[in-house]
Amino acid sequence: MTDHQGEFDPVSGRSTTGHEWDGIKELNTPLPRWWVITFYLTIVWAIGYWIVYPAWPLISSNTRGVLGYSSRANLAVELANLETARGEKMVALGATSLADIEKDPALLAFARARGRTVFGDNCAPCHGSGAAGAKGFPNLNDDDWLWGGTLDQIMQTIQFGARSGHAKAHEGQMLAFGKDGVLKPDEIVTVANYVRSLSGLSTGKGFDAAKGEKIFADNCVACHGDGGKGNPELGAPNLTDKIWLYGSDEATLIETISQGRAGVMPAWEGRLDPATIKAMAVYVHSLGGGK
Amino acid sequence: MNKAVNPNELTSDDDYGPLYAARKKVYPQSVHGTFRRIKWGLMAFCLGVYYFLPFVRWNRGLGAPSQAVLIDLPNSRFYFFFIELWPQEVYYFTGLLIVAAVVLFLMNSVGGRIWCGYLCPQTVWTDLFYAVERFVEGDRRDRMMKDKSAGALTLRRVSEIVLKNFIWLLIAWWAGGAWVLYFSDAPTLVKQLLTFQAPMVAYIWIGILTATTFVLAGYLREQVCTYMCPWPRIQAALTDEWALNVTYRYDRGEKRTSVKKAAELRAHGEQVGDCIDCYQCVAVCPTGIDIRNGPQLECIQCGLCIDACDNVMTRIGRPKRLIGYDNDINIQRRQEGRAPIYRIVRPRTIVYSAIIAAVGGIMLYTLATRSLLDVNVLHDRNPVAVRLSDGSIRNAYTVRLLNKSGYDRVIAIDANGPVNATVHVVGIDSVTPDRPMIVIPRDSTSELRLLVTAPADGNPEKSIPVRFHVTDIGLGEVASATDNFVAP
Ligand code: SF4
Ligand code: SF4
Repeated sequence: MTDHQGEFDPVSGRSTTGHEWDGIKELNTPLPRWWVITFYLTIVWAIGYWIVYPAWPLISSNTRGVLGYSSRANLAVELANLETARGEKMVALGATSLADIEKDPALLAFARARGRTVFGDNCAPCHGSGAAGAKGFPNLNDDDWLWGGTLDQIMQTIQFGARSGHAKAHEGQMLAFGKDGVLKPDEIVTVANYVRSLSGLSTGKGFDAAKGEKIFADNCVACHGDGGKGNPELGAPNLTDKIWLYGSDEATLIETISQGRAGVMPAWEGRLDPATIKAMAVYVHSLGGGK
Repeated sequence: MNKAVNPNELTSDDDYGPLYAARKKVYPQSVHGTFRRIKWGLMAFCLGVYYFLPFVRWNRGLGAPSQAVLIDLPNSRFYFFFIELWPQEVYYFTGLLIVAAVVLFLMNSVGGRIWCGYLCPQTVWTDLFYAVERFVEGDRRDRMMKDKSAGALTLRRVSEIVLKNFIWLLIAWWAGGAWVLYFSDAPTLVKQLLTFQAPMVAYIWIGILTATTFVLAGYLREQVCTYMCPWPRIQAALTDEWALNVTYRYDRGEKRTSVKKAAELRAHGEQVGDCIDCYQCVAVCPTGIDIRNGPQLECIQCGLCIDACDNVMTRIGRPKRLIGYDNDINIQRRQEGRAPIYRIVRPRTIVYSAIIAAVGGIMLYTLATRSLLDVNVLHDRNPVAVRLSDGSIRNAYTVRLLNKSGYDRVIAIDANGPVNATVHVVGIDSVTPDRPMIVIPRDSTSELRLLVTAPADGNPEKSIPVRFHVTDIGLGEVASATDNFVAP
């Protein structure tokens, strides 16, 4: 070999590379040839890789690679595959009646999973990610329903919405008794206290129950029904229970009675396919409040 | 012959000597003796287990795999004889890895690279490949001669080379084939493989493992240990002066002389070494080193040089073990004329053994006491609690039931928490409204939505612990999980 060019280390019997640090000389311990060849091959491989796959960044794009590989295209294919895989279940969902879906554990699980995702994308902004609602936006976990809590009723509400402008949407609103001059301010206070008494809440000083009942019978019974039990046909809430969409304190009730209320639930028909709407109805129903 | 270079004249780019070294081919000679026999035995055992284990059957009942050792990836199950592991029990594998690592440390502190010399797959297969080579091409001397006259490719020589590579390929192919059998029902897969019906991935794996076994054991051999494997470096850091390593006993071997000369000198009462410089220890070494130069990175401590030298010593009538398993301390002590000492029990080995015992014990205990019925409960976070129209409070939970046994089970669910609370499972109210009951198919999990409702009064606290019991109606096996019941 070429040992004669460098220094010779008598202890190891090897040549040195001639490099020295702090008096320590580096022995020449060459790599095995196959190792070096493998190393060169990896370089060749890397160059081949640059040619075959997208690699070098250019100013506004990158080299495409002769294979035309793209992770974006791969993603599209995978998404399509996912759709196909889901397709079967979605078809089954579309073909099964709402009541029967809940009887099939596998389909119920699928509908719930699908419903949860779609709910998160579309409904969570108003109803919250866990459907707990907020002031003015109903909590879908409880058992109080403005428009009815059976599977079919829930489905109908999702499909057409309320006051959404859809031809089949739920209509009906809380009138503005104060703004429109139907009731006088003191009458509003009285009826607000009467409504509180319906669900067992405390009433203000000097509250005249008989007067409240009279005002209620004259103005409110038409929608809220006898005794204030509500009417899902009109979306009139039950005033005797413990659940209040806008709040049960006196001030809020006065505001509600004076200004009226008309929350809007959008119609999802046309925006989501029928099977997905079904899945959502099943999901909402299975949250635990469904009738 | 070696002209010194003034270091001051060198720049960092000046590199003397070759960039790479051509590999020196090693021609290990066959040898007989104790350690060779141990190696044959271990090879037969290891390869026997590896090649045949997938064919061992184990009856787990109808519908369950009947293979004793099976890694069922599609269904995320691992079967090892009577043990069936689920994905959430991967900590057993963690434990196994810890035990394996510490066993390796223990071996290392007791006997150096025992793993390398006797058990490492690279060693085992290389050893087997050498045996084939010897069988086809002859022993060391024949092979060296044949390689030297490589130009003369006679028909006989060519057929030898072909035969050798063919046998190697068969062994390598079976090594790859046995691997895939651990991942699928072996007899079925063999049939599929033979009729070309097996999944592509099986053929790909067999191809990869055949190629690596063939190249690594047939052609790269000792190069793997010297240049590719990290273990020699790691073990060098783990070892200590008490570890037994294959050692040439200088004190006894030096000065080296021929048999005749030694006899003469001894007759004159002079001190001579036992080593007769016959190079037998070098000839048999699979990594081609001379152990008489002291401990070396290349040495896998296979002990074959011990056998070789023992044979020589027997022949010349000197005591055996001029080369033997010894430790650094004794090399020192012998040179100083003191008696050798060995100590296997020392803090390091005690600690390693204790770790192995502890981890192994924990694994065995958990394995023996693990339940085949399990329940996990997750409280709904959003909302944590719901007020119902009659004022009562409801909490929702996601309950996951695991039935790890080989039969379907009917499970009843109870919740012990708030006073007078009722339990309801979404989707199954029609059967048993008060105490929900469901069927979980064997070897599967079910996820349920469970609602606990408590009356408005009687729950003044903000949070009450609630305990879920799931009871196997048939066997009475109970599993439980605890969570909280929260007021809004
Ligand atoms: S020196 Fe001896 S123990 Fe070490 S690899 Fe060679 S034959 Fe084996
Ligand atoms: S086999 Fe034994 S006697 Fe022969 S050279 Fe090696 S150490 Fe010396």
